[in-house]
Parts: sequence; C-alpha cells; structure tokens
Amino acid sequence: MESGFGSDFGSDFGSGGGGGGKLDPGLIMEQRMTDKCFRKCIGKPGGALDNSEQKCIAMCMDRYMDAWNTVSRAYNSRLQRERANM
Amino acid sequence: MDAASGAGLGGADPQLQRFIEVETQKQRFQQLVHQMTELCWEKCMDKPGPKLDSRAETCFMNCVERFIDTSQFILNRLEQTQKSKSSFSESLSD
Repeated sequence: MESGFGSDFGSDFGSGGGGGGKLDPGLIMEQRMTDKCFRKCIGKPGGALDNSEQKCIAMCMDRYMDAWNTVSRAYNSRLQRERANM
Repeated sequence: MDAASGAGLGGADPQLQRFIEVETQKQRFQQLVHQMTELCWEKCMDKPGPKLDSRAETCFMNCVERFIDTSQFILNRLEQTQKSKSSFSESLSD
C-alpha cells in the first residue's frame, strides 16, 4: 500500500498547505496551536508576552507538531491494520 | 460528454472520479488527525518541554487507538439498539 495520507505534517506545512483546497491544513493548525499554546503558556495576561512565555509558545508549537505527526502515524497504522483484517 | 453515465462528481471519467475519491479520503483523514490531536493533547500533554517524551508519545498512540475503539463501539451498539427495538422512532413519538 502506498504511504497513504499519513505522511509527516512537516513537509505539507512547508509547501504552504498541501493542495488542500478549501480545507487548508496550515490554517487549521495555526488556530489549534494558538488555542492550545495560549492555554498552556499564558497565565495571568500581562502587558506583553515576556521571554518565558515566548519560549513556552515556541516549544509548545513544536510539541504540537510532534503530537500531530505521532497521531497521524498511529492513525495510519490502525487504518492499515483494519484493512489487512478485512 | 454526457452526465448520464457517471455517478455524481467526476461524471464519465473514472480517473477523475478516482482522484476525487482519494482526495476526499485524504481530507477526511486530515480532519480526524486534527480532531484526535486536539483531544489527545488535553489528555497527554502537561507542560510543553523541549521534546515529546516517550510517555507522552505512548499516550498519544494509545489515545488514537482508544478513540477509534470508542467510535466503533458506539457504532456497533447503536446498530444493535436499533435492531432490537422494532421501530426506534416509536419510543420517541410520544
């Protein structure tokens, strides 16, 4: 079976939203990251983003991508397994 | 040249039809990955660190499997529930 849709997000992301038509994966990614990383990294909102908050957000973005890739691979494996069992 | 022979999108061109199918599947796949990543992030991630540690990674993998198990469980049980009740809507009509 071809590598399927489970390729790492990194390559898609770089090419500017991988031909997604109406569903732009880059845009969705940005929205989710903003939501998740705001929750994880910003405590009481101050007058500006301080250094530690910025560092946290940067790490958070990377971890979110890692998570996305992990989920993508796991889902792809599961799909392949299901197909093999049919 | 005609729309009659094709079913839905792609019309008479099987290659185009196939392409549309594949692209649709890809989209569905991506949507689910987005959804699961979001859900599993809440369950598996504490404070973002410099790396995705192996515990978190395992958690994400388990999370995907359990999510799909849940989805299948619900589908199966709904199917059974509707089979055993002769008419599902009867119980709702009052």
